[in-house]
Amino acid sequence: MADDKSNAAEYWKANVRLITGCLIVWAFVSYGCAILFRPLLASIQIGGTDLGFWFAQQGSILTFIALIFFYAWRMNQLDKKFGLEE
Amino acid sequence: MSQFAINLLFVGASFALYIGIAIWARAGSTKEFYVAGGGVHPITNGMATAADWMSAASFISMAGLIASGGYANSTYLMGWTGGFVILAMLLAPYLRKFGKFTVPDFIGERFYSRTARVVAVICLIIASVTYVIGQMTGAGVAFSRFLEVPSTWGIWIAAGIVFLYAVFGGMKGITYTQVAQYIVLIVAYTIPAVFISMQLTGNPIPMFGMFSSHTESGLPLLQKLDDVVMALGFQDYTADVDNKLNMVLFTLSLMIGTAGLPHVIIRFFTVPKVADARWSAGWALVFIALLYLTAPAVASMARLNLMTTIYPELTGQVDNYEEAGAEPILYEDRPEWFRTWEETGLITFFDFNDDGRIQFYNDANAEFDVIADSRGWEGNELTVNNDILVLANPEIANLPGWVIGLIAAGGIAAALSTAAGLLLAISSAISHDLIKNTINPNISEKKEMLAARISMGGAILLATYLGLNPPGFAAQTVALAFGIAGASLFPVLMMGIFSTRMNSAGAVAGMLSGLVCTLLYIFTYLGWLFIPGTNMLPNTPDNWLFGISPLSFGAVGAMINFAVAFLVSSMTAPPPKEIQELVQSVRYPKGAGAAVDH
Repeated sequence: MADDKSNAAEYWKANVRLITGCLIVWAFVSYGCAILFRPLLASIQIGGTDLGFWFAQQGSILTFIALIFFYAWRMNQLDKKFGLEE
Repeated sequence: MSQFAINLLFVGASFALYIGIAIWARAGSTKEFYVAGGGVHPITNGMATAADWMSAASFISMAGLIASGGYANSTYLMGWTGGFVILAMLLAPYLRKFGKFTVPDFIGERFYSRTARVVAVICLIIASVTYVIGQMTGAGVAFSRFLEVPSTWGIWIAAGIVFLYAVFGGMKGITYTQVAQYIVLIVAYTIPAVFISMQLTGNPIPMFGMFSSHTESGLPLLQKLDDVVMALGFQDYTADVDNKLNMVLFTLSLMIGTAGLPHVIIRFFTVPKVADARWSAGWALVFIALLYLTAPAVASMARLNLMTTIYPELTGQVDNYEEAGAEPILYEDRPEWFRTWEETGLITFFDFNDDGRIQFYNDANAEFDVIADSRGWEGNELTVNNDILVLANPEIANLPGWVIGLIAAGGIAAALSTAAGLLLAISSAISHDLIKNTINPNISEKKEMLAARISMGGAILLATYLGLNPPGFAAQTVALAFGIAGASLFPVLMMGIFSTRMNSAGAVAGMLSGLVCTLLYIFTYLGWLFIPGTNMLPNTPDNWLFGISPLSFGAVGAMINFAVAFLVSSMTAPPPKEIQELVQSVRYPKGAGAAVDH
């Protein structure tokens, strides 16, 4: 039982670490590149405007998709590693 | 065949399809009515979630708002997709493991309190009804155009159809119907966009077309658009915004609202396994992104087409924008789409200077006034409702009649599917959470279904009444609903999973303070219960607290919710041991059964 518990606690810790990492990327592309750091990216031109504009209208959406699939894939691995899958 | 007949044909055929599916998959038991038996594949579920999610706000309204606001309104794009990241990581898998029907079910049980359940029901109803108001606005625009009636009639017709549709459906019908609706709406959105992208840039993929060169002028499309709008005193399309705080908070409100809205969360109860809940969120976002990556292209291209229709001389290579922008078309030469939309009252023209031409410019720009004066212009003469832009887009670009019929069918599908999902969430909150689990536990299945249907009817009537004088364009009204859900439900859902220490007093205090602060702020600027004329302050940036718009306040409300909940919780007793164990158990996929009733 004690073993089960520490195993479960490890799993939860790994999950929270993974979530934190993903959410840092999530915030960086949307609030960072697309909004707050847009002036810093102004010199990188793309199709008549700058990179920040692209992140705001397309880049962040593409990143979000990648993040969710990455998370689902990693979590399935963790489920197996810790023997907690259904 | 006339355009009217074509529209009728497309809308009629799509309806026959949905109704056919609904009858084929008629809900038998209460359980099927809510969660479709818990056996839906992640891809199917993702598609249905996408249809549920993409409402009139996404389909009809959003591109119009981006077209008029440019970069500043990118918030809608990021906000309504980024929320799925939070949903997939912070809520969906755990709520699926918990395995109950509704959001108040989770809150009621996790916080072991009837009060918490009732407060959650109230939050859910307020957010959902606000959301339905936005759907009614959007569906009203679509119906008024394709039936060629005034927009008020359009809203009432929409209300009748939504009612029939939702009341006789139920979740099982809705899951498969929504797959059909997704296909109709994505095809309807993409085809005109591809045509227009080809016309303007030669690139058949709109998301790339928007960053390529505009064929007629040789300039990059977005640069051309900037030049054209600036020639008429409007702000350049790609301009950065000064008030970044507001933009960040607005995006955040939409994201956490996504994760707090009951009709989206409920979808994740219908997949077989916890792992599927994670994949489902990903698939939902893929299907949503197909529209969301096209929307900004539709926005920029529609804006350019609209401007160059009114000012044909701005179309090609222009040496002198000032000269070319001086000569708008004559009112009597206005195109056919202009005339038909005028009948709905959503395009209006008034010839201030009696010259018979349509002066369309930014008369709020003091610098441009000098130029306008010198041309003898006496004010902007054309008002185009933002919500018509997507529907009018194929007509503006002179696309064939069937494309126009298709987009009418798509717009209506979008509004209907979401309204139906929300009404289901509202009705299950009232009949299941409020009546069955709080007021009268001995209610029969039949009576519970009846209560569900009556509450649907009531919600539609209220939303329609408020939709006649909506607090904003469809997407803005929907954004308010997100703010309300994000401020009230999202924080307690998250704390319910990530904090074993959070107790019922904290959750109730958090939800109430988040809800009340957000509603007070919204009503101050938009009127009590959205009734026009009852607002305490004009809704302009000068009056906003720290420049935070009522649309963005949900994020602030959520922070208040978190803070109050932690404070109250830390001063009261921790939750009982079995609740702490429940929180532990939702964190691990092992042992999840199908969603169960009590």
